[in-house]
Amino acid sequence: MLLLELFTTFLMIGFVSFGGGYAMIPVIESEVTVHGWMTTQQFTDVIAIAGMSPGPIATNCAIFVGFHTAGLPGAIISTVGMVLPSILIILVIAKFFFQFHENKYVKFAFYGLRPIITGLIAYSAIEFAISNDVIGELSWYTFSLVAIFGLSLFAVTKTKMHPILIILLSGVCGIILYS
Amino acid sequence: MIPLIEREVVWKKRWITVKEVTEIFAIAQSVPGAIAINSAIFVGYRLAGFKGAVAAMFGVLLPTFWIVILLSVLYLYVQDNHYIEAAFVGIRAAVVAIIAYAAYKVGLTSIYDKTTWLVAVTSVIVLYVLQVHPVFMIVGGILTGLIAVYIKKYFGIVTRLEKESEQID
Repeated sequence: MLLLELFTTFLMIGFVSFGGGYAMIPVIESEVTVHGWMTTQQFTDVIAIAGMSPGPIATNCAIFVGFHTAGLPGAIISTVGMVLPSILIILVIAKFFFQFHENKYVKFAFYGLRPIITGLIAYSAIEFAISNDVIGELSWYTFSLVAIFGLSLFAVTKTKMHPILIILLSGVCGIILYS
Repeated sequence: MIPLIEREVVWKKRWITVKEVTEIFAIAQSVPGAIAINSAIFVGYRLAGFKGAVAAMFGVLLPTFWIVILLSVLYLYVQDNHYIEAAFVGIRAAVVAIIAYAAYKVGLTSIYDKTTWLVAVTSVIVLYVLQVHPVFMIVGGILTGLIAVYIKKYFGIVTRLEKESEQID
């Protein structure tokens, strides 16, 4: 049952997606490729499109993966799975445990959790680089991709250019270089 | 999205105070899920209980849901086009850069002492060598945090729990 599988997968992702934003990308990538719903390269395109849409990137990824895998019902079921843990946990905290983030054990946990999340994102950057030939054999093709990578990194760190603009410009570079 | 939420609920609608919304953002960051969605659910709950939470969740999700569906349809429709294929070769390299930058930005507030450095570097090595599932890494991170603080306490080392000031002894 594909819809049930999508639901349980994104429900699980929803429960562990601490940190928000790109912190959830490695977990989604791992699940999507293990289930054979997409390749890492296809998922890279999903991130690009999710990043161009308003709203949280991880939720957008869930919507796209669900839609790609099982159409509109898939998109709805994946989104519901992804946000259900949020609403359940927040209802519990709002009712009984408003000082949650002030709790010392929560703080202790985050002391270890934050660097692990950093490691997860860094490792997924390496994985995405390998799957998309940014790390690859010595050739002009690899070199050109490293150049786009380097320029994008420069643009996002030094010029604070908006990611949407970087995605669009790199698309133009792609058309010029590879079409 | 966070400044937008604050402007709407505090200044325009005057539903809650600045102090409350700051508190809500802090909690939204420490529970799983997207911060903007978590904040919306929380604001909804404060104003109108369970129904408010559900309403706010749907409200914050619906626009982005349809935009993503629209873009997905467009993408699936044009992905085999010669020029679009070429464009995405370039775009994928840029996405790798954006993810690398995300790691750097998260690292800025997460890695600030020897323990956090050690945990971050070890996690990359463990992921590379053992291919551990990210969920186990996250559970491992929670346990590592709890254990590390107590071990350091045992040896009389003070742990800085967040990058800015705050210490426990």
